[in-house]
Amino acid sequence: MKRRSLIKAFTLSASIAALGLTWTVQAAETIKVGILHSLSGTMAISETSLKDVALMTIDQINAKGGVNGKLLEPVVVDPASNWPLFAEKGRQLLTQDKVAVVFGCWTSVSRKSVLPVFEELNGLLFYPVQYEGEEMSPNVFYTGAAPNQQAIPAVEYLMSEDGGGARRFFLLGTDYVYPRTTNKILRAFLHSKGVADKDIEEVYTPFGHADYQTIVANIKKFSAGGKTAVVSTVNGDSNVPFYKELANQGLKATEVPVMAFSVGEEELRGIDTKPLVGHLAAWNYFESLDNPVNQKFVADWKAYAKAKGLPGADKAVTNDPMEATYVGMHLWAQAAQKAGSTDVDKVREALAGQSFEAPSGFTLTMDKTNHHLHKPVMIGEIQDDGQFDVVWQTEAPLRAQPWSPFIPGNEQRPQHAVKGQ
Amino acid sequence: MNQPLLVTATQKAGPRLSLVIGAIVLLTLIALPLLSLLPDGHSLQVSAYILTLVGKILCYAIVALALDLVWGYAGLLSLGHGLFFALGGYAMGMYLMREAAGDGLPAFMSFLSWQELPWYWAGTQHFAWALCLVVLAPGSLALVFGYFAFRSRIKGVYFSIMTQALTFAGMLLFFRNETGFGGNNGFTNFRSVLGFDITAPGTRAVLFLLTVALLAGSLYLGWRLAQSKFGRVLTALRDAENRLMFCGYDPRGFKLFIWVLSAVLCGLAGALYVPQVGIINPGEMSPTNSIEAAVWVALGGRGTLIGPLLGAGLVNGFKSWFTVAFPEVWLFFLGALFIVVTLYLPKGLVGLLKKRDEP
Amino acid sequence: MPKALHRLLLCLCLWLPFAAQASDAQDFASASANDRARLLQEWAAQPDPARLGLLGSLQQGRLGPDQPRTLRLNNRLRGLLDNALASQRLLSDDAQVRLQAAQHLQRRAQPTQLGLLERHHAAETDQAVHAALGLALANLQLVAAEPSVRLAAVRLLGESGDPLARTRLQALLEPAVESDEGVRTAARTSLDQVERKLLIGELLGQAFSGLSLGSVLLLAALGLAITFGLLGVINMAHGEMLMLGAYSTYGVQILVQRYAPGALEFYPLLALPVAFAVSAGVGMLLERTVIRHLYGRPLETLLATWGISLILIQAVRLIFGAQNVEVANPGWLSGGVQVLPNLVLPWSRIVIIGFALCVALLTWLLLNRTRLGLNVRAVTQNRNMAACCGVPTGRVDMLAFGLGCGIAGLGGVALSQIGNVGPDLGQSYIIDSFLVVVLGGVGQLAGSLWAAFGLGVANKLLEPQIGAVLGKILILALIILFIQKRPQGLFALKGRVID
Repeated sequence: MKRRSLIKAFTLSASIAALGLTWTVQAAETIKVGILHSLSGTMAISETSLKDVALMTIDQINAKGGVNGKLLEPVVVDPASNWPLFAEKGRQLLTQDKVAVVFGCWTSVSRKSVLPVFEELNGLLFYPVQYEGEEMSPNVFYTGAAPNQQAIPAVEYLMSEDGGGARRFFLLGTDYVYPRTTNKILRAFLHSKGVADKDIEEVYTPFGHADYQTIVANIKKFSAGGKTAVVSTVNGDSNVPFYKELANQGLKATEVPVMAFSVGEEELRGIDTKPLVGHLAAWNYFESLDNPVNQKFVADWKAYAKAKGLPGADKAVTNDPMEATYVGMHLWAQAAQKAGSTDVDKVREALAGQSFEAPSGFTLTMDKTNHHLHKPVMIGEIQDDGQFDVVWQTEAPLRAQPWSPFIPGNEQRPQHAVKGQ
Repeated sequence: MNQPLLVTATQKAGPRLSLVIGAIVLLTLIALPLLSLLPDGHSLQVSAYILTLVGKILCYAIVALALDLVWGYAGLLSLGHGLFFALGGYAMGMYLMREAAGDGLPAFMSFLSWQELPWYWAGTQHFAWALCLVVLAPGSLALVFGYFAFRSRIKGVYFSIMTQALTFAGMLLFFRNETGFGGNNGFTNFRSVLGFDITAPGTRAVLFLLTVALLAGSLYLGWRLAQSKFGRVLTALRDAENRLMFCGYDPRGFKLFIWVLSAVLCGLAGALYVPQVGIINPGEMSPTNSIEAAVWVALGGRGTLIGPLLGAGLVNGFKSWFTVAFPEVWLFFLGALFIVVTLYLPKGLVGLLKKRDEP
Repeated sequence: MPKALHRLLLCLCLWLPFAAQASDAQDFASASANDRARLLQEWAAQPDPARLGLLGSLQQGRLGPDQPRTLRLNNRLRGLLDNALASQRLLSDDAQVRLQAAQHLQRRAQPTQLGLLERHHAAETDQAVHAALGLALANLQLVAAEPSVRLAAVRLLGESGDPLARTRLQALLEPAVESDEGVRTAARTSLDQVERKLLIGELLGQAFSGLSLGSVLLLAALGLAITFGLLGVINMAHGEMLMLGAYSTYGVQILVQRYAPGALEFYPLLALPVAFAVSAGVGMLLERTVIRHLYGRPLETLLATWGISLILIQAVRLIFGAQNVEVANPGWLSGGVQVLPNLVLPWSRIVIIGFALCVALLTWLLLNRTRLGLNVRAVTQNRNMAACCGVPTGRVDMLAFGLGCGIAGLGGVALSQIGNVGPDLGQSYIIDSFLVVVLGGVGQLAGSLWAAFGLGVANKLLEPQIGAVLGKILILALIILFIQKRPQGLFALKGRVID
């Protein structure tokens, strides 16, 4: 007995490695689709609904007969808001589950974490969130906005007469790469519009910052110097305390409008929006858009949420990254259909110039070279019912400029996707 | 648990058997990277996924062992070992970033429009200096913190909370982009190490072997320590510090030594972890990670050398499995595991095995 | 016949305002965006009492009181509307309404409203309104042609404490802007005056935000001061008790909305007992099932409660969803009180400071003035001795743990009013809570109180100087240093026990 126990101890430690790696069972005649969104940890708040909308879209595509005669089979994993785990799970999806395509990631750091894996293994990732640009990988298709498809039109609006004619800008963000790059681009853009550095204030808060008393007081102080607007790249969770403080300290949208790039319908669910009417957000899609494609999309989503008994289904909303996921998956399915295969190289080729009638009311086209979607820009005003009212939008979808012309050195960047940028 | 299990077990089972089993495990771990070098499609080929996963778990196992040295033997529960791990990782990451950037600045610095490297990046393009930093950064921080903490005889829960505050402060500091370590993104997109392509199977295999060697080395070191008089003093420290002092020992030196040693081990583990996983960022310093490391040790059985390894392997193995098999509810399993183990296995899994031995 | 004509005329006269309003509404509806703005500016310069109703409706996006919401407003129009409305309100009979309007115009008056302001300033009888109008007028008169008018305006502005006045006065220091030497000197004097007032407001604001942060920390840590401080359980699930309290608030809000919409204003008060009961109930359950087995092994409680916290978080996530839920501030907790022109104290924060102190006081009374408190203290000081004296230690443990958790639940109600309510709510408070308890001295309620407010104020004093992150790091470093000096915290129990 004594000896056996010791053997146990050793065999256990040796077999740990194999534990949990043997569950892959190949099912025949399906195409596997990886879904790489955090379902636990800090990012679950944003990413869970993307997983659900991806599953809904898969159901819809399957209901129409799937792709190339095969049904899609989702493989959902939980990278738990842990960035190294994103890389591990990405590798697992590509090598163990052998998925044809992956839909996933929200934060830039998670994308940066999986990027080397996808480039190494020649995988295909659809990234559905607005981001800072400065990237163009042949293995990623970016269906969210690049800065010129969101930030710059938004600031132009703030400077226009309708937007309040702002001359001073308080750039408030969470301290990570997206706000930093966006603000860098915005600063260069504002300079080109004749705004001096003394009229631009850049402030960053740590992740999960919950006490905005000092910052709101500073905004008030700053706004005394002339017509001011706040451009907020504050990340998801911190928005609730920020807006609550704003409302309670009596800073109204008519005096100092806040233009947010990361606040959508989903984030507003956690806030009472009555005191916030008039604050703004810039996106490429809003749930309130009035067109038949969107009406169907919203109705489908609400029905799906109810049918699956998702938590809070009675208040289910759609938002921009959800639309981007939906559009991305349809584009991929069309391309795979066109290519007659799910081979990454063939699909990539077929995706160039692929277009889809999107819920935003526009026909969105995947650019022929730069892997980014052409998107319309919309400015929405927060309404008292938690929805946005579109006050301004572009005539047609804009082509993305992932290498912003406002960042020095970008002139030499290639205009097509190259590995290892 | 007056004696470390390995010692008792060795006494009971005889040195030969444990040597045989140890050799088998070691051989398996050495075989894994070699099998990974087989050509694609070979039935015996070990995939890069498994190799990196096991490599990662082995790094965690070293952390668990290091934590066990201070907690299991000296009775100091550190909730801040993630900080030392990350510091080692960052030191290695600095070198990898310099290597990837060539003569230019690392990508994230040009993004911040910095013109030149901050002073603390000096020399990091040399592998040797990076290795020194891997040891020096966590080691000196541990030395300073330990010196003050042990001088004023902070112990027990206070010590745990202080270490937690320390790693929390570190995380906040590294999250800042101005600190010069890439902020929230940390370091990614490594290209090569010492000129070898970092994604090449050969490089992976060597890194894996180095991890195995470090683990084996720390295990041996731990074993020698546990057997020595030093180990007995540490155990006495854990069980009755005051009595030890009355016996004429000054516990500060003992504590400080094991504390710094443990931090350095963590730093080395972090340095091996980064090239295998491909990313280091401040998330590694979050207090949650350090608490989890304590859970590995408790699960396996503290005060033993095998226990922490078992615990780290089991928890991480389960985590990798659960997050795929039950993505919605895996936290329930993990939480329940912690509760069950603390309630019913106060001595960890190793205690369970041991209990069977003593009917 | 003439009589009938008279009547007709009279009728017409009576109808005129309504007719005017109707045509105004039509004008507005048919105008382009720029014309709408122009129209509003005209209305602001020449207020007409008949338009009051229309402006109110327009603010809500309607063309008339019972029209549907068809208008699309933007911030520019909203601002002009507010201005026009303020002009209208100057005509009100109520001095309070006039005062508010004048205060609005101090900040937002347009040059076109100069004449209007002059007329009202001359005719105003109420002192306060007269003064407020004077300031509003002075703002516009800074660009008057007459140097003497400008001089008077600059002198008057010195009495204002408004940050806008500073900007306006600063501009006048430039010879290019203000050609008159005397006015420039007066502007300098007035500027100094204004800056002094602003500084006072800023300092008071910092002190208040420090107290407010302190009260939040206190509420977060009070429960832990009992479960960890007295019972010695390293309760990593403490944050989740706060979260349960916050979710109870959400639940109560939903129930009240559905079954008693009339009482919605007071739902946070109803939520207090519910949150206490829920958190205390869960706490006692945990104590009976898990923690009971771990007394005397503090570090093990850390691991078990960590597991509990994972389970609670995921359970809430599955039941309520991963997204934040909406907990609205009722009317009496929204907005703030304007103390100085540059200082608004939000009601929610004022109430929370008071609430935190009340909870702390009640806890102290409970522990020091009741039998339960006596028992708890006895058990924590010497479990065996207490048991010998007939104290039912098991029951006392359960009740004390439940009390700690319940207090955390009360904290959760308060936190729900100023921040997120989501599954991760507790995680963000757990480290701060432990630091407060350790810094204050384990087992010392008063210590926790001082530590919480000390940390809050220190944080808020440092934040404007070196930023939120470095401030927090510095505080953590200071705490670590402080603990070196006084390893037992601020308020240590004196004793001679040694193990």
